[in-house]
Amino acid sequence: SILCRLGLTGEPDGEADGDSKADTPEIPTSVDNTPQCLNKALEGLSSRWRNWWIRGILSFTMISGFFLIIYLGPVMLIIVMTVQIKCFQEIITIGYRVYHSYDLPWFRTLSWYFLICVNYFFYGETVADYFGVLVQKEEPLQFLVRYHRFISFTLYLAGFCMFVLSLVKKHYRLQFYMFAWTHVTLLIVVTQSHLVIQNLFEGMIWFIVPISIVICNDIMAYLFGFFFGRTPLIKLSPKKTWEGFIGGFLSTVVFGFIFAYLLAQYQYFVCPVEYDSETNRFAVECQPSELFVMQEYRLPAALQNVLRWKTVKMYPFQIHSVALSTFASLIGPFGGFFASGFKRAFKIKDFANTIPGHGGIMDRFDCQYLMATFVHVYIASFIRGPNPSKVLQQVLVLQPEQQLSIFNTLRSHLQDKGILPPPRPEAQ
Amino acid sequence: MLMLYHRKNRTNKQKFSETEGDGEAEGDSKADASEVPPATDDTPECLNKALQGLSSRWKNWWIRGILSLTMITGFSLLIYMGPIMLIPLVMAIQIKCFQEIIIIGYRVYHSYDLPWFRTLSWYFLVCVNYFFYGETLADYFGVLVQREEPLQFLVRYHRFISFTLYLTGFCVFVLSLVKKHYRLQFYMFAWTHVTLLIVVTQSHLVIQNLFEGLIWFIFPVSTVICNDIMAYVFGFFFGRTPLIQLSPKKTWEGFIGGFFSTVIFGFIFAYLLAQYQYFVCPVEFDSETNRFAVDCQPSSVFVLQVYTLPAIVQNVTRWETVTLYPFQIHSISISSFASLIGPFGGFFASGFKRAFKIKDFADTIPGHGGIMDRFDCQYLMATFVHVYLTSFIRGPNPSKVLQQLLVLHPEQQLSIFNALRSHLREKGVLTE
Repeated sequence: SILCRLGLTGEPDGEADGDSKADTPEIPTSVDNTPQCLNKALEGLSSRWRNWWIRGILSFTMISGFFLIIYLGPVMLIIVMTVQIKCFQEIITIGYRVYHSYDLPWFRTLSWYFLICVNYFFYGETVADYFGVLVQKEEPLQFLVRYHRFISFTLYLAGFCMFVLSLVKKHYRLQFYMFAWTHVTLLIVVTQSHLVIQNLFEGMIWFIVPISIVICNDIMAYLFGFFFGRTPLIKLSPKKTWEGFIGGFLSTVVFGFIFAYLLAQYQYFVCPVEYDSETNRFAVECQPSELFVMQEYRLPAALQNVLRWKTVKMYPFQIHSVALSTFASLIGPFGGFFASGFKRAFKIKDFANTIPGHGGIMDRFDCQYLMATFVHVYIASFIRGPNPSKVLQQVLVLQPEQQLSIFNTLRSHLQDKGILPPPRPEAQ
Repeated sequence: MLMLYHRKNRTNKQKFSETEGDGEAEGDSKADASEVPPATDDTPECLNKALQGLSSRWKNWWIRGILSLTMITGFSLLIYMGPIMLIPLVMAIQIKCFQEIIIIGYRVYHSYDLPWFRTLSWYFLVCVNYFFYGETLADYFGVLVQREEPLQFLVRYHRFISFTLYLTGFCVFVLSLVKKHYRLQFYMFAWTHVTLLIVVTQSHLVIQNLFEGLIWFIFPVSTVICNDIMAYVFGFFFGRTPLIQLSPKKTWEGFIGGFFSTVIFGFIFAYLLAQYQYFVCPVEFDSETNRFAVDCQPSSVFVLQVYTLPAIVQNVTRWETVTLYPFQIHSISISSFASLIGPFGGFFASGFKRAFKIKDFADTIPGHGGIMDRFDCQYLMATFVHVYLTSFIRGPNPSKVLQQLLVLHPEQQLSIFNALRSHLREKGVLTE
């Protein structure tokens, strides 16, 4: 991310002896996308400071834009989609360029077709859950939902057969490369962007906090590296230092802890997003779960002596935020290293030139994807259980005998727990 | 698959003529098109002696025939032994296919003593298998799992544990990146993942099909085999018009003849299999006897039903009704898929082999090539059958639903309980 870019030149680090020199294209020199107004304002400064200012201003703009979008609410769905499509396009364009694709007319069509297929599949699964009531009303929608997997599979198969039919003599290897490239990109970009959306539906806080933590870690690690950096961290990214890494980790945990406290107070962030079919709008209104209710914790004896407090009041979510921050600082950077290695391997400076001073969208989001996956797995494992309405749906689809046996098991379970009155002495 | 009609005349001469620069694009490096070592002859000594007298072409034909027969017999034997043998068989095939593809990737890219590559690939294989087996086992061995405390922990946090294991491999990969070999290492990373996606995911779909009932495993596999053999035979006797540039030995006559004969074979075979509980019932793990049991009331799909024939057919055959298993109607769609779309899996594998200039995936089976050669069409079939099953045949798995119910909060359980009770009362199933 930010740190890697400052010193990275196009050294021939990615070139293995067996690689062909023929298929490493000359990357066109970066186009300067800086808007005219910024250029004028920074005319006087030296080149290095000018670069620094541009990056700073753009960072600030992006963060403000981020907060504006949060204010607009669940329309963020559209933003996530846009980011996903742009990332996909950037990676596919690189693959296209790297392999000098020889006027293979189907390649681009097929890649976009597969993107649409996979998105259709994922959105169908999500929509069926969250828009259940709306779907029940419309007849054609019901058909699409019931046979959703089969329809998605058929669409994918059509693309697969098209690919096989499009194989051209003398270009087989290239076509297989691009097929694999497309699929790996879909796996990384599309799957994880849908995890982001699912996180968002759990509650906007599960979307905002992880992203903010990653951004904070980036900025903090850069600042610590700038002021105190001395020991290099990893060969892949020569500008990163251990001081930046550790300083970033500690400051991110502190920031996360405080930010979690700030956000957990508002229902707007904490409640699951629901679609209200009467007003046809998204609603965030609920009884906050116990995770977001202030609780008292007894401090361990050692801390009691130091702080002279017996108990401390926190949101349980703040404890979870420590886990999230730790992941973002310690493991998240591996996503960045992966992307750096990828760029060196294919001898590109940035994924694209979309954002002046920062590179492409993918450059900004490389660490985010790993974070989103972690948050999703974390939520699924530790926070929430299965979705009750989905479970009820499944029960109602079963055969009557199966429903009856489940009913009996559930009843004895509830009676054991004391929620239902115990069975009467008369046999049923 | 048994691409008999693809390699009709496999003399040594043709072996190398087929691998002309079909896969070579101008931009490709000539350096990384490795010279593929000539196929070693794995034929057992006994067979060689028995077929000494015959000419080379007929010898080859006989070897393939005998091996085919051996494989089919072996397959039937394993079916007889039941699920306890079939699951390890699917696992063994999966591992062998994975190994074959990884070795090809390794060879194609002249991997330069990168010590982590093989370890990492196998590690990812273990991770993904762990993830899938955990998901399946939690469903089917639910009772067994409830008893053991450590198992309960593994099941509850299964996804998190799998994710952590995968992440470790990912971090080790990043740390193992070596200057000057980045591109190679990324290639192999992608190669491993695509292979995992194709081979491992689909072999687990095979196992899930198997648990639905042995018939959902045996029948698709048999239709693909039948289609191969029939298309070869039709192509051999009547073949004239080439089908596709990728596989010059395939013909339209073979394709269409194979389609019709497979549908008929499938229809009859489905009738034969649907009568036996052993094939038709879902496989369950009996925790008392600690064995797999196939014992149930056959579902409506496997119960003979009377269908009224449409008027046109009535006039022709002078029957008014016909008694069929509904499964036989499903068998037609499965056979159609196997004959019409299944071959695309074979074409894909052919294109892949031409692209990387290899004749066979490996030399494991004499006369047939590697395991992957036999199973390339099967994987696509298995995925189709799985999607077909979940869409049209079965609903959600009741024990899985029950598990999810028991994990919910008590208030949610109570509300579901009430909703279910009113639903059952409406249906008249519950009388109290």
